[in-house]
Amino acid sequence: MKKHDLSNVRGDHRILCDFVASGSRVLDIGCGTGELLELLIDTRGVDGRGFDTSQKGVNEAVARGLSVVQGDADNDLAAYPDDAFDYAILSHTLQATMDPKQVLEQLLRIGKKVVVSFPNFGHWRNRMQLLFNGRMPVTDYLPYEWYDTPNIHFCTIRDFVALSEEVHAKVIKAEALDARGQRIGFNAPWWVWNLIGDQAVFLLERK
Amino acid sequence: MTETASAKPEKTPNISPSTQASVAAEQMDMPASKLMRFGSDNPLRLDEGTELTPWQIAYETYGELNEDKTNAILVCHALTGDQYVASENPVTGKPGWWSMMVGPGQPVDTDKYFVICANVLGGCLGTTGPACTNPETNEVYGLDLPVVTIGDMVRSQAKLVEALGIETLFAVVGGSMGGMQVLQWASAYPEKVFAAVPIAAGPRHSSQNIAFHEVGRQAVMADPDWCHGQYAKEGKRPMKGLSVARMAAHITYMSDESLHSKFGRNLQDRSAITFGFDADFQIESYLRHQGMTFVDRFDANSYLYVTRAMDYFDLAATHGGKLANAFLHSTTRFCVMSFTTDWLFPTSESKDIVRALNAAGANVSFVEIESSRGHDAFLLDEPELFKTMRGFLTGAAKARGIPAPGNGD
Repeated sequence: MKKHDLSNVRGDHRILCDFVASGSRVLDIGCGTGELLELLIDTRGVDGRGFDTSQKGVNEAVARGLSVVQGDADNDLAAYPDDAFDYAILSHTLQATMDPKQVLEQLLRIGKKVVVSFPNFGHWRNRMQLLFNGRMPVTDYLPYEWYDTPNIHFCTIRDFVALSEEVHAKVIKAEALDARGQRIGFNAPWWVWNLIGDQAVFLLERK
Repeated sequence: MTETASAKPEKTPNISPSTQASVAAEQMDMPASKLMRFGSDNPLRLDEGTELTPWQIAYETYGELNEDKTNAILVCHALTGDQYVASENPVTGKPGWWSMMVGPGQPVDTDKYFVICANVLGGCLGTTGPACTNPETNEVYGLDLPVVTIGDMVRSQAKLVEALGIETLFAVVGGSMGGMQVLQWASAYPEKVFAAVPIAAGPRHSSQNIAFHEVGRQAVMADPDWCHGQYAKEGKRPMKGLSVARMAAHITYMSDESLHSKFGRNLQDRSAITFGFDADFQIESYLRHQGMTFVDRFDANSYLYVTRAMDYFDLAATHGGKLANAFLHSTTRFCVMSFTTDWLFPTSESKDIVRALNAAGANVSFVEIESSRGHDAFLLDEPELFKTMRGFLTGAAKARGIPAPGNGD
């Protein structure tokens, strides 16, 4: 537990940790090398499993003693039984899936609760870049050009709220983060968050 | 049952082939390794429907069993492997077949773990097999030994582990046929397996794999010196047939890429092709050498038995046709590994295992390792393999509450 000083932890990871109950069973989809998974195990004592498309990331995570498999969210989630986990987590991965709606439906099936974090494409800076430059936005945390980005399905916070409705998910909690990864500490209508939120973290469950 | 631990023979440098064959013959009933004998009070039930009694299992151990008996790792060997995983083989004089993986300071660290490796049932280095003496007739079993399965091999190992006073194995580890045994262990004795590492294996033997085994068996049986399996009585050995079987099998252990880079179309000790049927090419010479050295250390009937055991392995079929059923409610931690150029047990087979484990809600890790060396990669110097094994076992040791390498203590 001493290993992680939470003040140095990525903003969205900090909020994700707050959303997850101690000692629960967690599947982190798109876990990369297992940074978040390790954080959840160390700080929340979860029974954590991971899942990622990159074999290199997976190998590194397993070598660190984490339970991680190589797989792809679009095809391999079907193997998991219903309610297999207390939480299914999708951290900055939704926008890289082929079929985000189907992936979200799978998450709601295998996780009793679902945590999703994603970059908000509706942030004012992105809008300004498109409006004034006429080019697809490239920012610090969206560093890719349109032709080489793995992020093929960007959405805005309002888009995500609409998708949640469509897959019959209830939003239990949501947080927007500013450009420094800090929580935007006031309640505001979705359209405000959609404009100033750099990224968002949602906690969902089946309706 | 009785346990005998005989002293190992002195190291004999450059053991000649004929000496090797006679040393190998001695090892069949009285191995240089440790030996556990099970009498009529402890018969071995076989999948075929009969019971084997008396029977014996030859094994080696490395490291120290801790007081709580929680640090034991069982290593399961592949088709023609043996119990000498980390020590010199008394027949060939070669170092342990997995000494890069198992030993002091190695990924399976014998400074921390107590490692057991047993010769498989049907094998020919001291565990009951077709080359052993049948106590009922006082003659070599030959084909009178019932056909054994992976399930039988594992059942015999479970009896050994029990006799050693170990309730739960910290881990069961193995590649190829060893990996099949790991899966069988986890499925048949889930409560006795804390962690399982099946490497370069599959949940069943594929049609293609059965086909290659059949070619090998037919080569053995076509040799006139096989004498319908009675060659021991006739004082003969089907060396040609067994050697051809090994040559065919050896091809399946390598990748196209590794054959090409190792041999290409290079000629053997000659500058031009000879328009004949000598070993013109290096690859031919290499395979002939592999075949000839194999017959000095392995029994032909034993080869029939162990290949058959692999062919019969189908974990889903024995669980109502659904592989996930083999692992339902399992609390074992799994680490499945495959190699990119392995076409004998391709990654897709390992992925079938992983999907089934996920469906069963089991705790599983899966690593595919980039290697050009085909199926044999699991026995070779593959840093990623060692790194994964070390990391996985260390994580599992932490969960088990036993000291692991790198954790101090």
